[in-house]
Amino acid sequence: MSAVIVKIDNLKREFIVGSETVRALKGVSFEINKGEFVSIMGTSGSGKSTMLNILGCLDKPTAGKYYIDGIEVSSLSKDELAHVRNRKIGFVFQSYNLLPRTSAVEQVELPLLYNKDVSSKERRERAVYALEQVGLQDRMSHTPNQMSGGQQQRVAIARAIVNDPVMLLADEATGNLDTRTSYEIMSLFQKLHSAGKSIIFVTHEPDIAVFTSRTIMLRDGRVIKDQAVETKSAAQALVALPPSSDYN
Amino acid sequence: MLGVIIGISSVIAMVSLGQSSTLNINEQISTMGTNLIMVMRKHQNRGGVNLGNSSSQSLTVKDAEAIKARCKNVSYVSPMVSGSGQLVRGANNWPGSIQGGSTDILTIRKYEIARGTMFTEDDIKEFKKVCLIGSTVAKNLFSDSENPVGQEIRFGSIPFKIIGVLSSKGENQMGQDQDDIVFAPYSTVMKRILATQYIHMIYASAVSEAVSEDAVEEITTVLRQNHKISNPDDDDFDVRTQAEMLKMMSSVTGFLTILLAAIASISLIVGGIGIMNIMYVTVTERTKEIGLRTAIGARGRDIMYQFLLESSMLSLVGGIIGIIFGLVISYVASELLNWPFVVSGSAVVISFVVCAATGIFFGWYPAKKAANLDPITALRYE
Repeated sequence: MSAVIVKIDNLKREFIVGSETVRALKGVSFEINKGEFVSIMGTSGSGKSTMLNILGCLDKPTAGKYYIDGIEVSSLSKDELAHVRNRKIGFVFQSYNLLPRTSAVEQVELPLLYNKDVSSKERRERAVYALEQVGLQDRMSHTPNQMSGGQQQRVAIARAIVNDPVMLLADEATGNLDTRTSYEIMSLFQKLHSAGKSIIFVTHEPDIAVFTSRTIMLRDGRVIKDQAVETKSAAQALVALPPSSDYN
Repeated sequence: MLGVIIGISSVIAMVSLGQSSTLNINEQISTMGTNLIMVMRKHQNRGGVNLGNSSSQSLTVKDAEAIKARCKNVSYVSPMVSGSGQLVRGANNWPGSIQGGSTDILTIRKYEIARGTMFTEDDIKEFKKVCLIGSTVAKNLFSDSENPVGQEIRFGSIPFKIIGVLSSKGENQMGQDQDDIVFAPYSTVMKRILATQYIHMIYASAVSEAVSEDAVEEITTVLRQNHKISNPDDDDFDVRTQAEMLKMMSSVTGFLTILLAAIASISLIVGGIGIMNIMYVTVTERTKEIGLRTAIGARGRDIMYQFLLESSMLSLVGGIIGIIFGLVISYVASELLNWPFVVSGSAVVISFVVCAATGIFFGWYPAKKAANLDPITALRYE
């Protein structure tokens, strides 16, 4: 018996560009249960970025209902939305969005800074634990410019899970990485998934989507496909990759 | 922070240097005697005959003492009596006049002692026959190798002991040799040479040029009381100042004040714009960071607190460093130029307040703008 964490009901989002109205989402409905690893796919212009912004409480729908963890979002104020983002959602961005000249552990502490229930001691402990989970226990005090892209994305993932959110929201999280590192990151997501995390992964790459357990396909603002897929193991895919040919 | 430091230190350095140059110029002008006040006797009519000024017997030592005691805008007072005659020393002689004054007379007339000492209050009380001579007198009565101090000369038949030689002042504007002079205690001159109870005039100096007019008022009041005069037309004295010089002085000072204000406001504006630019650019560059913080749950007011705190700290620390830096610059510069070192409290306070306020505002305002942005837009900001 799994609980519904995301419930979307006939969601619409329109933008007014000049005198024209662009309808990015034309009535989307789906539910996501706790512990699912969902990929939202679609080409550019399909409305997946808009979908992601609404799912992340960064944007509000024009019409329709969006419940996250039982809370109806469209009626919330700006500050209440910030609170929801802080407690319920962990963001992983394509371009990492780490702060320059800030150590990894401080990056990870950042979301907890905006949570008054967490003491500074607990903040540090949880940040260290999150970094251990993404395998960066030796990189605690490194700044972004001292780390590779994959390591930076791991810091970003640690930052996303530190608040123990209801769901992880990843936006093209492997878009800036090479294949090997992408697989490593996907393997990390699978590990987090098997540890019980709910993950929504937005991507346009089908070979990344195969590592998830369910795919929602958007096209022109509508869901055209929503089905469970057979999950491929990212760890095995990593082994199957040809050995690195960079230095032979 | 660099912007705040440079802004504040340049304002402080400019204003301090401006003020010390003003002070320097004022000092030089006042050595010309702009604060000198002279009280002269006024002519008297006796039996229809105008006796002229010189025979008038209206000023006394008591008048000088009253001025000294009661006029708070007057810093130095000296009675003045003079007698002329032949100065004789051995085979040399020289025509000269001997000026009797109080211990303040050198300060008032801007003379300095080259060697020896000034006479004292005791010398005045005891009618000591001591004198100080100017360099022209010394040259004519003594050979170059001799030290006049301690020697004795005669004024007419009265012997005077030389206790000091004055530094040379050269000619005054009228071409008179200011070094052809002998100073002695006024009491000695009055009693031993002139045998009179009256003095010829009173020299006084105002505390500063600015209060010269007030000092004249005070002196007039005191003298009228002393002489029991109720109608100004009956005044038996005349108070005179170096009005021409005062006028020049005040125009120069006024010009310098305007110049200083212009320098200060220009450097304040330049400093302020520098701070504005640096803070604006720094914070605008962090729009993406603000977007991220918003995305992970910072409220608008969290962002604003953070940036307000950051820019306040930056302005405060930068301001303190800037003040120290500015003071060091102006100290070193005034030492090098040999000007007096002046710290302007108001320049420090005003530049600090303006620069800190600019820094805080332009640290806070772009942050507020970024916090009000849609987090999606802020995150995409490049």
